[in-house]
Amino acid sequence: MALDLYRIDDRLIHGQVVVGWGQPLDLGFIVLVDDEVASSDWEQELYRMGVPPDMDVYFDAVDSAAEKLSRYQDDDRRGLLLTGDIATMTRLVDAADGAISSVNVGGIHHRPGRTQRLRYVFLTPSEEAELRALADKGLEVSAQDVPSAKPVPLEEMLAGNGS
Amino acid sequence: MSSARAIVAGHGTFAEGMLSAIEQITGRSDLFIGVTNRDLSAADVEQLMRDRLVTSGATVIFTDLPAGSCTMAARRIQREQPTLSVVTGVNLATLLDFAFHAEAGDVDAVEHAADKGRASLVVSGGPGGKGGPRGP
Repeated sequence: MALDLYRIDDRLIHGQVVVGWGQPLDLGFIVLVDDEVASSDWEQELYRMGVPPDMDVYFDAVDSAAEKLSRYQDDDRRGLLLTGDIATMTRLVDAADGAISSVNVGGIHHRPGRTQRLRYVFLTPSEEAELRALADKGLEVSAQDVPSAKPVPLEEMLAGNGS
Repeated sequence: MSSARAIVAGHGTFAEGMLSAIEQITGRSDLFIGVTNRDLSAADVEQLMRDRLVTSGATVIFTDLPAGSCTMAARRIQREQPTLSVVTGVNLATLLDFAFHAEAGDVDAVEHAADKGRASLVVSGGPGGKGGPRGP
């Protein structure tokens, strides 16, 4: 499968993704799934500027990402799919109808109403429920900010207090 | 307003380290304000940078990595403030040169500093290296 990682990260394309994961995975492309970014040329240009010229970035709304998912998965190159929040990943998982089997929580940062679970993961009660719902659908859900870190399974993540 | 002319923003303690080196070499770390993106969301990085620009009056943002969230935030601010200069991929030579030329006007100082930073990257020795003790 060409898509190595389905990542939730509220920074979307940034150093950890392009360099931290991009170099060890030898990523050839990133699929950024976000309805707002997909409808804004300026936002797309902003993210494209941060990516090296030998790495492609594809911008999709949730529906178009689901339609193209098998094509991305069959790509000869290695790829990473990104959403900025859990709700978008959940919509994609549902639209993809079983084609996604694991989700990486890469970075969800502080916001009022969220509780810190890991150094880089803060969640509201409803977001925690959304992650549990993904696991209930049979997906492997874990947190891992960089490749050298140990993946943290969902229940361990939700039991965390930020330390 | 402070005496700061530029923000230095990056991952981890990048800015802190750069400012420490600038202070050791020139004694002019007061020209810079450091910002880290550590443990912050993209929105919070942008807000922090906006706050620092307002309180300092700085007109230049130096960032460490083209793909970094600090760079993304700086470019978002630049969209609203086109006179703001954003320089990505900075190194110590870039910042030292800016420190020495800040009085020349920020635009000229930025161009000069970027040229200096690019020129400071040199490979010596090594299997295909040129110059240096093991070079041709």
